[in-house]
Amino acid sequence: MDLLTFLIQTLNSIQYGLLLFLVAAGLTLIFGIMGVINLAHGSFYMMGSYLAFGLSPIFADTYGGGLILTLIVGLILAILIGYLLEWLFYSYLYQRDHLQQVLMTYGLILVIEEVRSLLVGDDVHGVAIPNWLSSSIPLSEVMTYPVYRLFISGICILLAIAMYLILTKTKLGMMIRAGSVNREMVQSLGINIQFLYRTVFATGVAIAALAGMVAAPVSSVYPGMGQSVLIICFVIVVIGGIGSIRGAFIASLLIGFVDTFGKVLLPEVAGVLVYVLMALILLFKPSGLFKAGT
Amino acid sequence: MKVINIGVVAVAISILSPNLYAQSQPPLKVGMMLPYSGTFAALGNAIDNGFQLYIKEQGGKIAGREIIYVKVDDESEPSKATDNINKLIKRDNVDVVIGTVHSGVAMAMAKVAKDSGTMLIIPNAGAEAITGPMCAKNIFRSSFTNGQPGFAMGEVAAKKGYKTAMTITWKYAAGEESVKGFKEGFEKGGGKVSKELTLPFPGVEFQALLTEVAAAKPDVIYSFFAGGGAVKFVKDYAAAGLNKTIPLVGPGFLTDGTLEAQGESAQGMLTSLHYGDNLNTKRDNEFRLAYAKQFRLQPDVYAVQGYDAAQMLAVGLKATNGDISKKDDFAKAVTAAKIDSPRGTFTISKAHNPVQDFYLRQVVGKENKVIGIASKSLADSARGCNMQ
Repeated sequence: MDLLTFLIQTLNSIQYGLLLFLVAAGLTLIFGIMGVINLAHGSFYMMGSYLAFGLSPIFADTYGGGLILTLIVGLILAILIGYLLEWLFYSYLYQRDHLQQVLMTYGLILVIEEVRSLLVGDDVHGVAIPNWLSSSIPLSEVMTYPVYRLFISGICILLAIAMYLILTKTKLGMMIRAGSVNREMVQSLGINIQFLYRTVFATGVAIAALAGMVAAPVSSVYPGMGQSVLIICFVIVVIGGIGSIRGAFIASLLIGFVDTFGKVLLPEVAGVLVYVLMALILLFKPSGLFKAGT
Repeated sequence: MKVINIGVVAVAISILSPNLYAQSQPPLKVGMMLPYSGTFAALGNAIDNGFQLYIKEQGGKIAGREIIYVKVDDESEPSKATDNINKLIKRDNVDVVIGTVHSGVAMAMAKVAKDSGTMLIIPNAGAEAITGPMCAKNIFRSSFTNGQPGFAMGEVAAKKGYKTAMTITWKYAAGEESVKGFKEGFEKGGGKVSKELTLPFPGVEFQALLTEVAAAKPDVIYSFFAGGGAVKFVKDYAAAGLNKTIPLVGPGFLTDGTLEAQGESAQGMLTSLHYGDNLNTKRDNEFRLAYAKQFRLQPDVYAVQGYDAAQMLAVGLKATNGDISKKDDFAKAVTAAKIDSPRGTFTISKAHNPVQDFYLRQVVGKENKVIGIASKSLADSARGCNMQ
């Protein structure tokens, strides 16, 4: 591997790591901080992609090639869906044991998948990249790098900073963190924990949908796409330390590097490397890299 | 009294005799074990439609036996395959099983069919073992083996004068068999496959491997992906700018049913398959018109494979006068037959896999336009099949 290839692969690693963080960020909130084992996370991600597929043609003529308006409308819809789901289903799960959480959220996967099939069918779809982001930058004599991928990385970094600051530096973040440790105590201090958690949950759904919307042009939109990201999201949250934004960020980058260089240097075992990494980290740091709330 | 008696007997005979003939030929039960739900649902339905279309064209009867269907959704789930096919054979007493799309499921079905002796016609799954080591006189395939389209493409690539190639696929049986076919065809024609890249199934993060391709700069790259993976790979390949310098080729599955989603990025790509969008033969035009009328859908390669599975069944049944238990006669008739398929006439090899033309197709707009023949009357290797 010459130096140029190495540098490009490093760029690939960082970019993939950031994408992973974006995809896993919603789960960090719902599973990491609220403590609900949410297997339907992948379905929220898929919902986002299908929203982008459905909305982008409608707004194609608006400012920014429709991307801005698609994201805004998509996020509003996702927040509404999040509120509804929390009110109907998840609000009953906080005090239940893990098995019931797994069963309910697994059931939700099947329902969402079937609704998707009824509404949009089972074909593979593509979402166009808006013109102002569709150029690419030459990297080597035959290879170019799509600008849209850099745009995704930018969104990931902004999201990571925003989540970190809100959760660790604001009063709202303090209430959320306190609620995850002792629900009753926070409630007795006069905070409407039910409303607070409904909001956190809806935000988690919205972030998952945002990831789906942003990733749709590069990943394409297809049935079962949610399940393909679900496992890796849990791996990220667990490696990073359950409930830690910083941890999830570092874990995503770590996995980005291991996966990218694993595919190139050790293609025979590339499929297991990420899980070996997880096993090793949990062996020495059973609760993940960082403590909750950091 | 005598006169009346004779009359009664005559009436009795005239009533009974047609019944006697009818009773000798009970309906033939066809077990359709296909994916009617999940990712492959569209494929399963196309196969089912194609099969029924042919039977309807024959008036619902073959060799005097009415065809009735028992359907099972295999969900493309290998762990349920053995149970599902056993239910068809033992509980529903089907005479023949048609299925399926997923290779893992088809392998389990072939094993049961081989042990039980039930007639099985596979309308898609390309696993080589089925017409290789696992071949049997009661197992047929109306589609292809995974290596066939690859081999055809390899020959084309070599003829075009490419010297070095790289391959990229998921690390699973279908992909590896496809790549092996390409390698054989390409190296027979004097080319050299310099590196075989793989990534875990069903991963879709290709950037690292595309960087490898860009660094090695082969003359051509062959890839096997399907569904969402095929869409993303073709788009990523174009987004990385590689399609300008290193042509991307593959089996037809890379661009079949996915062109809408691939859009601009697939334009001009060459693929090989035993069917294409504008064959423009009389046979194909008739088939397409009949299919479109019946189902209000355009047929695809899967519909053709289902249609031909029914044709193969018909050939065997006619040769045995509807007695499907005569397996030797059935097999002899099918391997001797020329199947008049919408894809073009093909024959069935000794290992019971189609010997067929593979078309070279180019993506033009939203069509896989046939631009020539990639490989004529291509048989698969049938490695490991010891059937006489």
